[in-house]
Amino acid sequence: MIIPHPLLGPRDAQEFTYMGDAALIDRPDGMAEGAAEAFDTYLHARDNPAGLHRELWYHEAGDRSWLVVTRDTRTHEITQVELARDVARARGRSQ
Amino acid sequence: MTGRRLEHGGQIDRAQALRFRFDGRALTGHPGDTLASALLANGVRLVGRSFKYHRPRGILSAGPEEPNALVTLRSGARAEPNTRATVAELFDGLTATSQNRWPSLRFDALAINDLAAPLLGAGFYYKTFMWPAAFWERVYEPLIRRAAGLGRLSGAPDPDAYDKGFLHADLLVIGAGPAGLAAALAAGRAGARVVLADEDFRMGGRLNAETFALGDTTGADWAAAAVAELAGMAHVRLLPRTTVFGAFDHGIYGAVERVADHLPDPPPGTPRQILWRITTRRTILAAGATERPIAFADNDRPGVMLAGSLRAYANRWGVAPGKRVAVFTNNDDGLRTARDLRAHGVRVAAVIDARPDAPDPRIDGARHLPGAVVIGTSGRLGLTDVTVRTADVREFRIDCDALGVSGGWNPALHLTCHQRGRPVWDDRIAAFAPGPDLPPGMAVAGAAAGVPSTHGALHSGHAAAAEALDALGRTAPPADLPQAEDAPLALRPLWHVPGTRRAWLDLQNDVTVKDIAQAQHEGFGAVEHMKRYTTLGMATDQGKIANVPALGVMAELTGRSIAETGTTIFRPPYTPVSLGALGGRATGPTFKPTRLTPTHPWAEAQGAVFVEVGQWLRAQYFPRAGETHWRQSVDREVLAVRAGVGLCDVTTLGKIDIQGTDAARFVNRVYCNGFARLAVGRVRYGLMLREDGIVMDDGTTARLAEDHFVMTTTTANAGPVFRHLEFARQCLWPDLDVQLISTTDAWAQIAVAGPKSRTLLQRVIDPGHDISNAAFPFMACGAVTVCGGLRARLFRISFSGELAYELAVPARYGNALMERLMERGADLGATPYGTEALSVLRIEKGHAAGGELDGRTTAQNLRLGRMVSTKKDSIGAVAARRPGLNTEDTLELVGLRARRPDSRLAAGSHLFAPAARTEAANDLGWVSSAAFSPHLGAPIALAFLRGGAARQGEVLRAVNLLSGQDTEVEVTSPHFIDPDGERLRA
Repeated sequence: MIIPHPLLGPRDAQEFTYMGDAALIDRPDGMAEGAAEAFDTYLHARDNPAGLHRELWYHEAGDRSWLVVTRDTRTHEITQVELARDVARARGRSQ
Repeated sequence: MTGRRLEHGGQIDRAQALRFRFDGRALTGHPGDTLASALLANGVRLVGRSFKYHRPRGILSAGPEEPNALVTLRSGARAEPNTRATVAELFDGLTATSQNRWPSLRFDALAINDLAAPLLGAGFYYKTFMWPAAFWERVYEPLIRRAAGLGRLSGAPDPDAYDKGFLHADLLVIGAGPAGLAAALAAGRAGARVVLADEDFRMGGRLNAETFALGDTTGADWAAAAVAELAGMAHVRLLPRTTVFGAFDHGIYGAVERVADHLPDPPPGTPRQILWRITTRRTILAAGATERPIAFADNDRPGVMLAGSLRAYANRWGVAPGKRVAVFTNNDDGLRTARDLRAHGVRVAAVIDARPDAPDPRIDGARHLPGAVVIGTSGRLGLTDVTVRTADVREFRIDCDALGVSGGWNPALHLTCHQRGRPVWDDRIAAFAPGPDLPPGMAVAGAAAGVPSTHGALHSGHAAAAEALDALGRTAPPADLPQAEDAPLALRPLWHVPGTRRAWLDLQNDVTVKDIAQAQHEGFGAVEHMKRYTTLGMATDQGKIANVPALGVMAELTGRSIAETGTTIFRPPYTPVSLGALGGRATGPTFKPTRLTPTHPWAEAQGAVFVEVGQWLRAQYFPRAGETHWRQSVDREVLAVRAGVGLCDVTTLGKIDIQGTDAARFVNRVYCNGFARLAVGRVRYGLMLREDGIVMDDGTTARLAEDHFVMTTTTANAGPVFRHLEFARQCLWPDLDVQLISTTDAWAQIAVAGPKSRTLLQRVIDPGHDISNAAFPFMACGAVTVCGGLRARLFRISFSGELAYELAVPARYGNALMERLMERGADLGATPYGTEALSVLRIEKGHAAGGELDGRTTAQNLRLGRMVSTKKDSIGAVAARRPGLNTEDTLELVGLRARRPDSRLAAGSHLFAPAARTEAANDLGWVSSAAFSPHLGAPIALAFLRGGAARQGEVLRAVNLLSGQDTEVEVTSPHFIDPDGERLRA
């Protein structure tokens, strides 16, 4: 597979490490009310779509960027690649 | 002796003779020959025995689809079993040996299997080797293993090198026949970067095997001119002897180039094969087509061949495979074979044409039998005659020693399936053609696309290139293509001739028409079931010849059309790929990178024994004169640390430099214990959890400045922890001001441990740095200089439990620092120690390491539960509080001490009460680390024991059923020495 890195252009998938669903960005607040239930969902509940899947890839043998790759699980077609940091900020994560 | 070399013709160099041996017999051939063509030229017909019934088999084809002519090529360590003689290029000195026969090819004892054939039909494995179950491992499996398989591996290490290479192209053209050459010429002339790969050593495909003209020249000469033009283009890469075996995601293709397979030995510095990873924007598959046979009774005798191959041997290699040849066909292409052979002066006995309305090819001396079929053959080790049934149901024999069979041509569409594309049935060519779901960027041209004629191949190749060039933003040059034959495909499908004797469909797996009928009868009518039940289409040829005829038979049996019957699809690889090519240079010592510690040269000079720790090579122990067992060395090193001072290179532990105004907040969130208020100049032990509450890693982290931390990780987790921290930094808290860099390789770090460690350090640390107990207490850290101005970092931390320090200097000074410490510590008894002593020391002290942090244990298991702070949000803290991880009888870290000093205690043992049966229900826990403690004079261990904290003093058994050990142990504190930590603070 080839992953079009937003900063470095097309890169071979062998340079990356895969982590999984990009929903892992949405980490609950551990000090909030109901944190146990929120973490249970965060840790264990995953969609398993036949189709577009947003997922985390780490450019370990490259620039160490975490990326959010949108991949069609049926064809491996990659339709979008973003810096995970930008995605995290867009989802309201900050400090 | 039936085959012979013709007087003239063929693309071989008759001026040069190549000597080779087959089963010990000395033979000769010429440059340009394959092993198969040279064998046929020498009159050899019998080349192997079939897989299951050990029936005599000969050469069937002239290409990679060959199911029969599998030989072991070369000898000794280079012996390569199951090599197809049809694609093995002849070289001087080649040796080939037939397979699957004993004692000889002509007389094979296991041919008795053939008599037992009624018992060995489809699915016999599943029916025969069932009962009793106890026979499975002891009787059936050894029996099957001995009988199964074809060739044998040499068992010796492969003496050759294999390389991997990367190519990038605008257009990859697979196959250099008329379609591929036309496509490559168009794209090359348009300036595109082209890779043209062909598995043959001579590019041209069928053009080399035919006699018809292209314009005013021969097909072979036109191909040679096209290849010469392409070779002159700098942006075109020609890859002959290269099989593209797989189409992978995103325009990546795998190919194997056989660089030196056609040479006796690879020349120095040359790999035997190269595995190419070709990344391309567009691909044209022009892989041609594979001829298929017609099944009839006893159609597997040596001498029965594919008609197009028979013709290829005559035209390309100047070989007449028989003295008197017959042709059995259902299409006009078979007539071409008869004509070409006759033109070469070969006697053609008959043209047996299954089509009632077949045109008479008018071949001198040949009987023309329209509407006739072959219903049988004779000849024990090779064909002597065929029995024919004519349209008017007369039956008679025709003498012939070679029979060319043509049942039509199947497009070589394998690569179109590699991204789950499904072929579709095309009635016009009575074959499966590439379906609409091609791998992205791929187009198919020529015979591979079901285009039957040479004219069609040339034009479809050019058109496919024009379309690809358009997509690449280039303009195709005008088509400059020669006139070529454009005969229509006149074919009447015929899959098998009904009869009572066995008619073979899959020659490699010995599957007959009857086997298909039996599979259907027993409920395995679905294509995928039929394939697995009968083993049709498996092994090295992967059904290149057998699949479609078998589908035709199945369709007839079920009364459905072939389109309704369906097809199996193809997966990579197209032809077998050697493990050597896949492994490339990653063998032996170069299997993975080897990382050497900074003090490696010094340790080597000391005679250290080294051990692999991940990619690192670390000193395991330092034997001294007179020590004959590793335990003697390790015990001495351990005692030297406890009594004096020892030195150990601990550079391999991961070091992560963390800087930024939010560094303290960051560290506080990735460790479960508090770090926010760690003072500058202090170190703290940190426990790192995964988000699911399981312990990920541990280590010490030093605060060098307000905004500067140095974290250490275990050696094994240096990479994973860094990745984890980057995830936290980029994905969880993207706006924290914190930067990370790995400094594992930047600093050499040496542990200086033992009661005399301070004395030794005071001799190398420059005056002005006070490291007295008061000024530099336990868990202090700071920048110092050593040896007259060299910048260094000093950490007062201890893995051994003794007064100890770790001293870090820039990596290039590590070796010199170790030498200096040894020299200055000579009178103190400074002793180097390796990873074994390091491990014994930490087990004696009860520190967790890899055995304890195995991805299953929690802070509670380690009895560090109270470290998980509830006052802050840190990774893993919430999940660590899950009720299931906090039960009363949870596993807890304990120490174990063997009751008898001479007993053995091994990691991996399980714990049982003294009287309990050793079965899972009574399992109380397991031993995670074990060592002999020279300090206590007994084997000791760390273990996870149910409710362990409360069981101190109990006697249990540590049982290792694998090694038969059953050792009485006493449960103790995990801290075997200095439980109160007085030594640390000395």
